[in-house]
Amino acid sequence: MTTSPSGAQTAVRTSAPAARATDLTKVYGQGETQVVALDAVSVEFHRAEFTAIMGPSGSGKSTLMHCMAGLDSVSSGSARIGDIELTSLNDKKLTKLRRDKIGFIFQAFNLLPTLNALENITLPMDIAGRKPDAKWLETVVETVGLSGRLKHRPNQLSGGQQQRVAVARALAGRPEIMFADEPTGNLDSRSGAEVLGFLRNSVRELGQTVVMVTHDPVAASYADRVVFLADGRIVDEMRQPTAEAVLDRMKRFDAKGRTS
Amino acid sequence: MFRTALRNVLAHKARLLMTVLAVLLGVAFVSGTLVFTSTVSDAYQKSSQKGFTGIDVAITPHRAKGEDRQPGDIPNLSQALLDKAAKVPGAASVSGSVHGFAGIADKDGKLLGEGFNSTGSNYYPGSNGQDARYPMKSGRAPRAPGEVALDQRTADRGGFKLGDTIRMSVSGPVLSQKLTGIFTTDDGNVAAGGSLALFDTRTAQQLYTKPGEFSEIDVKAAPGTSQDALKAELDKLLPKDAQTTTGKKLADDQAKAIADGSSTMRTVMLVFAGIALFVGIFIIANTFTMLIAQRTKELALMRAVGASRRQITRSVLIEAFVVGAVAGVTGLLAGIGIGAGLRALLNNTGAVVPDGPLVISPSTVVTSLAVGILVTMLAAWLPGRRAAKIPPVAAMNSVHAVATTRSLVVRNSIGGVLAAAGAALTITAGSKSMLGLGAGLLLIGVFVLTPLLSRPLIAAAAPLLRVFGISGKLARQNAVRNPRRTAATASALMIGLTLITGLTVIAGSVQSAIDKLATDALRADYVVSMAGEGGGMGLSPEVDKKLAALPEVTASSPLRSTEARVGSDLHSLTGVNGDSFAKLTKLHFVSGSDQLTGRQAIVDDHTAKDFGWKLGSSVNVTFQDGKRDKLTITGLFDGNRMIRGIMVDNSVVTPHMSEVRDMQVMVKTKSGTSEATKRSLTKALGDNPAIQIQDKNDISNAIAQGINLLLNVLYALLAMAVIVAVLGVVNTLAMSVFERQQEIGMLRAIGLDRKGIKRMVRLESLVISLFGGVLGIGLGVFFGWAAGEQIKGGLATYELVLPWGRMGIFLLLAGLVGMLAALWPARRAARMNMLSAIKAD
Repeated sequence: MTTSPSGAQTAVRTSAPAARATDLTKVYGQGETQVVALDAVSVEFHRAEFTAIMGPSGSGKSTLMHCMAGLDSVSSGSARIGDIELTSLNDKKLTKLRRDKIGFIFQAFNLLPTLNALENITLPMDIAGRKPDAKWLETVVETVGLSGRLKHRPNQLSGGQQQRVAVARALAGRPEIMFADEPTGNLDSRSGAEVLGFLRNSVRELGQTVVMVTHDPVAASYADRVVFLADGRIVDEMRQPTAEAVLDRMKRFDAKGRTS
Repeated sequence: MFRTALRNVLAHKARLLMTVLAVLLGVAFVSGTLVFTSTVSDAYQKSSQKGFTGIDVAITPHRAKGEDRQPGDIPNLSQALLDKAAKVPGAASVSGSVHGFAGIADKDGKLLGEGFNSTGSNYYPGSNGQDARYPMKSGRAPRAPGEVALDQRTADRGGFKLGDTIRMSVSGPVLSQKLTGIFTTDDGNVAAGGSLALFDTRTAQQLYTKPGEFSEIDVKAAPGTSQDALKAELDKLLPKDAQTTTGKKLADDQAKAIADGSSTMRTVMLVFAGIALFVGIFIIANTFTMLIAQRTKELALMRAVGASRRQITRSVLIEAFVVGAVAGVTGLLAGIGIGAGLRALLNNTGAVVPDGPLVISPSTVVTSLAVGILVTMLAAWLPGRRAAKIPPVAAMNSVHAVATTRSLVVRNSIGGVLAAAGAALTITAGSKSMLGLGAGLLLIGVFVLTPLLSRPLIAAAAPLLRVFGISGKLARQNAVRNPRRTAATASALMIGLTLITGLTVIAGSVQSAIDKLATDALRADYVVSMAGEGGGMGLSPEVDKKLAALPEVTASSPLRSTEARVGSDLHSLTGVNGDSFAKLTKLHFVSGSDQLTGRQAIVDDHTAKDFGWKLGSSVNVTFQDGKRDKLTITGLFDGNRMIRGIMVDNSVVTPHMSEVRDMQVMVKTKSGTSEATKRSLTKALGDNPAIQIQDKNDISNAIAQGINLLLNVLYALLAMAVIVAVLGVVNTLAMSVFERQQEIGMLRAIGLDRKGIKRMVRLESLVISLFGGVLGIGLGVFFGWAAGEQIKGGLATYELVLPWGRMGIFLLLAGLVGMLAALWPARRAARMNMLSAIKAD
């Protein structure tokens, strides 16, 4: 990542983090069948930074994202978006928070087949009953390169295009933070690269904050920072990752898994 | 294959629940009807047979027919005939009876049981001084003119005790009788909830026949004499105006009449059960279609590993069989409960059903099970065929291969043709059967077209839904997402509402037409007549005299009916007060005038046409007493239900009548209609409970009441179809929610709260229900109109009256159905686990 304008980044990083977990613990089940998915995780996600969460399956990376995004409840500890403590919010307030401050990108695109591309993009604002900011919307649509396809329905779009609609939907509300759950999992490598490029651009050019869960080292190499999770704990962190470096780090998990 | 099918049923228990419920309701309706009708008719048969045990041969008057008949000849049986019958060889005992109407006033002066089945008869003591038909439970039999005995139930109902004075009315003035005895009886009328008052024979004869005359003579055979032998002996001494019937034949005839009556009721109820089942078919077909769509991969896999198409279809049908059998058995049980409940309900409403065991015949059991299983399998057949068409390769596709949405072009073309043909036939129909055929075709055509209609009609609701923001928008789009499913769901509701609306339109229009007939031609303020079944007896002429004498009465006229021979036929003449007739009626005269004096007659134009009379024609009549007269036609008018036929002045007919009876008396008063006037009229007539004094409003209300009662019964029966339709909506929504788990999860994730999700599901339900409602009400109005065109022929004042209020209520009802049906699916959708829903599969 030699091309990154590192000066601008450091300036922003000094301000308060966009999201922060402190001693975040998530336990599933009870007694004998108890599974600790997250074991007192503390981590910060900085503004205008692209963070990837990696780890072997079962490491708790998805759980961490779900808890941080207000999709799942927390057993103990704290999860904050900006200065809002998620654990103190009821379902209604959490829903409102997700709607107004968080953007989502899913592996399965999750677009509504009955709405066209533009309607899907503005869906979060329609839910909130807000008018989209036309100028911003235009910028977003241009960024993801969907200008000619706004009237198409999802089934008239390719997988890559559908995921670009999903990226635009996440961006359209100018969220404080965007969470992406394996966004390239269902895409071929070219479309995947495109989508990852857009995510990176949205951070570099639009100043957005992105947290992405992935198990693909290539996808992780688009991030500014990679956080490694294993057995519900943060075990490592890498800045300015390259695919090779991430792959090497992941191999050590595999080796450890095999030897232990 | 059977095991797979069974596993499938068990795996989809919850989803099949609604299907089972829908079939269950239909089957319960069918078996309930069968159990109820056979129980009731069995009970009636037994009780009626008991009622005839005391009669071996009955002698009844025989009315001559055709040319032999003389005007006014109402034969009765003489005391002499009774005495002769008693001496016939083989006759053990003889009793003579007289019967007619006897209205009994309750403590408030109102007619008990509103005058239905209110009978009066005589106590005929035999050689032991007792009448075996009426064993006295307390007190003694009536012996003198001022005495009466009542049946146990009537005495209980009126709260009468021995020694009480009972106010009653036969036709003339009020009778005040002392209650001397309370008896029990097997009499069929009483068993069916009627009342029976017994007088001593002489009093009864004075009231109903003439002294020394009976209306029936019952003969009991001596031991060893057969009914037929006794009948043969009696036939020898019969006068020509009497006939004999054996007790067995009487019982058989009654049994047959009861069987006929209950079979009519059964047919009507089964028709409604059929409608409910028909509606159920849509739900079953919908459910199986969806179950199969969800199992596409699984079924394709079975095909891939070697199952034949036939085996796939069979497995679906076996599944349907199991569902149908479960529904059939539970439905039968529910139906038995309904049958028992209906009887209890009927007993509570006053119509009394004789006691008897609950009859569950083998045919009831077989019918119920067969209906449940066949209906379910029939409905699952098409989805089963579709399942067989799933290509084995569908198992290999990673993407969930939803059946390609087949074009609706073929379907729409067929529907269009059917609907057009049906509509054309309905509009141009010349007969009822053509109308029925047209209506059927149109209904089927609209069914087939509902997917097409769903888009524009639901789109029309968009402005309303916009109020609900994104939830409304998504609801609208979800509703048209699967037009076939939406159509099937809405159709189920449509059928019920079409019938309900159609019936309401027809009933309302008919009611207003009859109302117009009855009251438009009336200028009188009040019409006085006998209440209930006493109407057949007529009023005594005293009533008219008393009313005419009142100072506030400005004009009055009886309608006095008498038979006369006109030309070669017997025809009835109506005697009126010629000088006041014009003040009391508002008839439209085609020609001539409403003035009526002396030997003049005015006729309605129908009758005139039948006889070929014109203004000025002269008509020869022969009266009851054999005297002849000649009348001149001086006016022709448009007839109506109340006033029609040949009207003449009373001075012409009354002298020839042996017994004067007035069907009605029309009264005009100084101050018009008012409570005070009505009270003074009532008082003048001695507070007679059997005489009703009605103003135009009362007459309209009485007509409306009858029609409303009928409508309410039909509504209750059609409610079943609506309930089944509700289950259908629930089913469809539950399936939709299940299918859209992922979408709903995503919506929750990106910020639609639970309320919004619930609202979305509810609005979808509302849109589908209202769609069905609008279609149903529209079709109902059309059918109501078309049926009205047929009715118009027989009812000149018929005009289409659109019951806007009720139609509004029906639309609201459709909306309510939607809201109710969405309760559970909406809750489920809102509680769905977001995380598992958005997880990629």
